[in-house]
Amino acid sequence: MTTVVEAPAAAVGSRVVMIGLVGGAVAVFVSANGMVEAFSERELLDGLTLGAVLLLSIPLLVGYVAGRRQPELEGFATRPPGWRNPATGLLAGFISGVTIGAFVLLIATVDLRGVLLNVTPELVRDDPRILTFGLEPGAGAGLLVGLFAVLGGLAGAIQVLPDLWRRAVLAAVGWVLAFGLMQAVVSQVLRGLQQQLRIWTEPLADFLYDTSGALSIAGITVVAVLGFCLQLLGSRKPRALVNARLERLTDRSRRIVRVAVLAAALLLLGLLPQVLGSFLSEVLNIAGIFLLMALGLNIVVGFAGLLDLGYVAFFAVGAYTTALLTSPQSSLGVGWIFWLAVPFVVLAAAVAGLLVGTPVLRMRGDYLAIVTLGFGEIARLLFLSDWLKPTFGGAQGIIQVGDITVGPVGVRTPQAFFYVIFVFVLLAAYATYALQDSRIGRAWMAMREDESVAEAMGVDIVTAKLSAFIVGAVLAGFGGALFATKIGSVFPHSFNVIVSITVLVVIIVGGMASVPGVVLGTMVLVGLPELLREFEEYRFLIYGALLIFMMLRRPEGFIPSKRRAEELHEEEIAQDEWLKTQDTGSRPEPGSRPEPGSRPEPS
Amino acid sequence: MARTNSLRRGPVAARRVRRLPVVDAFLWLVRIAAIALLLIGAVSSISSARLSGQQWRDLVVFGIAQGSVYALVALGYTMVYGVLRFINFAHGEVFMIGAMTGYFVTDGLARTALWDAAPILALLITLICCMTVSALVALLLERVAYRPLRGAPRLIPFITAIGASFFLQYTMASLFGTSVKAYPEVDILSGTFDVLGFRILRVHLLVIVAALSIMAGLYLYVERTRAGKAMRAVAEDPEIARLMGVDVDRTIARVFGVGGAMAGAGGLLFGLVFQNVHFLSGFLPGIKAFTAAVLGGIGNIPGAAVGGLTLGMVESMGPSLVLVGLGIPAAHQLKDVVAFLTLVMVLIFRPTGILGERVREDRA
Repeated sequence: MTTVVEAPAAAVGSRVVMIGLVGGAVAVFVSANGMVEAFSERELLDGLTLGAVLLLSIPLLVGYVAGRRQPELEGFATRPPGWRNPATGLLAGFISGVTIGAFVLLIATVDLRGVLLNVTPELVRDDPRILTFGLEPGAGAGLLVGLFAVLGGLAGAIQVLPDLWRRAVLAAVGWVLAFGLMQAVVSQVLRGLQQQLRIWTEPLADFLYDTSGALSIAGITVVAVLGFCLQLLGSRKPRALVNARLERLTDRSRRIVRVAVLAAALLLLGLLPQVLGSFLSEVLNIAGIFLLMALGLNIVVGFAGLLDLGYVAFFAVGAYTTALLTSPQSSLGVGWIFWLAVPFVVLAAAVAGLLVGTPVLRMRGDYLAIVTLGFGEIARLLFLSDWLKPTFGGAQGIIQVGDITVGPVGVRTPQAFFYVIFVFVLLAAYATYALQDSRIGRAWMAMREDESVAEAMGVDIVTAKLSAFIVGAVLAGFGGALFATKIGSVFPHSFNVIVSITVLVVIIVGGMASVPGVVLGTMVLVGLPELLREFEEYRFLIYGALLIFMMLRRPEGFIPSKRRAEELHEEEIAQDEWLKTQDTGSRPEPGSRPEPGSRPEPS
Repeated sequence: MARTNSLRRGPVAARRVRRLPVVDAFLWLVRIAAIALLLIGAVSSISSARLSGQQWRDLVVFGIAQGSVYALVALGYTMVYGVLRFINFAHGEVFMIGAMTGYFVTDGLARTALWDAAPILALLITLICCMTVSALVALLLERVAYRPLRGAPRLIPFITAIGASFFLQYTMASLFGTSVKAYPEVDILSGTFDVLGFRILRVHLLVIVAALSIMAGLYLYVERTRAGKAMRAVAEDPEIARLMGVDVDRTIARVFGVGGAMAGAGGLLFGLVFQNVHFLSGFLPGIKAFTAAVLGGIGNIPGAAVGGLTLGMVESMGPSLVLVGLGIPAAHQLKDVVAFLTLVMVLIFRPTGILGERVREDRA
């Protein structure tokens, strides 16, 4: 009864070859640019280094993508899963393996080090022969081809599973990787819990992790099973049940539940620095400052749709204002306490926002981005210049920025500082939520979708744009103020364009206009690299690749705001609606009977 | 075009009249202040005669040389913008990759006999390598990152281009190291000429001549060949061009390729003038070249040349002419500030540029 419409065989073949070659190219790239070697310092899973995991994740991805069920035309039935999925995965993995194998043989025979600095002898020639897992180049290349093909086939086989089980397998893999990467956090949390609350948790850390910090075999098993089961349970009824129960509550009790959940979450977050200890609190603080900025930029870019690439300028204004007012060494030399400087930070940032915002009012989107980039660079160069050195200290910056004090107590430890940042972040998150549904928030979103239409419908574009710039600038100013007191000094080199780009990447990957997305984006993209210092060198490489990938595949981000996602997928949603009406109208079974005219002819 | 304008302007214009006076007044204030500062600075520094005539002439020559490099890079921005209405933010990196290629090729050739025997031939080989590599990178970029996004909301390809820019920068850094790479000495390029009282460094002369002849070649290519005609047709209206039998995808790819080749040539010339390159070398010249493209009128090929030369002059003379006159110490540090201010001012007050932009209207 079910008609299977296949893509033409030749097209499938060339697609698999293409995927395999791309995978191979990526494998060669990460080996040649030193990523595999740099990451091989850290043991991630029992006996496997992070570098090895990186290299071996390539065939898994390649096989998974290649083994995907084809064709994916909407309204058509897909071929039932079968031996083809692992076979295509195997083939793609094999092709990737041949590519990387050829590279291994190449660098074993020719010394490329004169040009490619990171192709060190340790990769294949001398011990520890990272790429070939310690084998001679010839045998190592063979091993890589075999390994890539097998892993590709395995990953392709995942596609045979029914959706529910496939997701559970993916969840298990994700959990294992996350626990491996977050080793420092997990074991510190378990240890901290024991110290603070006298719960017996520390042995759990020793059970999960080896002495080298890698996830042990037992740990891998437990975490994988846990991830697998939770995904199975979570994807079925429980969530629906909870939602249904919430639906039935009265408005009042629903509000009580919401407040209770919020209070519990806040309490847990408040306990966090005590459990995390000073190093992790420090990481959290850095992430918190970026989060503050990201929430601000989220208003400018996410809500109002104004791509501001000079966002770091407001961060710098906040930092310099704080430094000028609180440092006894600065040109003003007043040495106020931090809280007295805060209103002036707000004022300075708002004025800066107005100054940047006014000239760009009538500019088109991409011109606006370039001009704001120009403003950001101008700000940095002025702070750096000898001309303004008497005021801002030039390249030497301003030192001895005042500490934050609460009453008579100074905030010095990272743990204490966390609470200050936490308050500011809460404020920013609250402002975001409040503004989102306010009149001005709706004006921003209307403007984001179509400026001309919004203006014609009576949205005051001038006010909307300027207020977005000002709110964003003030939040970045807070970030700068906190940054200045945290570091204790300000230098113009901290206010590079790279900061603006980092914040932009965070909100784009997390999900524009979505607060949970921004929070998660900051934690993963700013917090994780602080934790894993190996990433530092490759941070912006990964950011760049992520930006391209997100724009191509998921422009709405990983945790999208619903409205933004709808805007970006207008056509697809319209198509789905249309298909739905077609299904209910004329077809007895969805997707079972493709229209005769639209069937692609195999050639 | 006229019809859509009248449709969109109606109610909008009425609102603008009511709302914008404050903003307009502010912008006029900025404009007047800028012109006043410019005049005061220029007059006071000319009357104080801090620099001799010879020094001014040197600055002019340097400005023209630098400006012709900007012009070469600006061509890529302007052509892509003309066809796709999209700022290829990563174009500066294509330029940097050209300069890097130039370093590796000259470094390799400097060890062979050819370098001393036939330096001109060696430079020509290098030029071809740079242009090829940059064109290939631009083509790859177009195919992988931009083509799938054609027709997406405008900011999406732009953000992709930012990502591509950083990806290319740090790819070069991770593959070839972050150190500054010094070009080898070219004997025939050291020394000076005297022309009409101007003292011109040989390398500057080479840069100016090479850039002008490459640009002339490009102008002929766009105006006289079939492929050039296709480019102009696609810039005018891609839909109609497609109906007329122009292969739009291929033409757009060709625009990227040609723009990339120009940037590669610019990269080599930049390397020869400044004698060094590293992985961030493309960022500032890229933005400046974009400024040049806007300054000349985006979408306008002769405009890119005019804009590039103008910007080169502004940048080399601006600090000494205006800033020193205003009594600002260490004005050369603010060279980039001058360039960025030019960009900001042009975009605010004359976004259509000197020769006028040639971009079709947005048909929303």
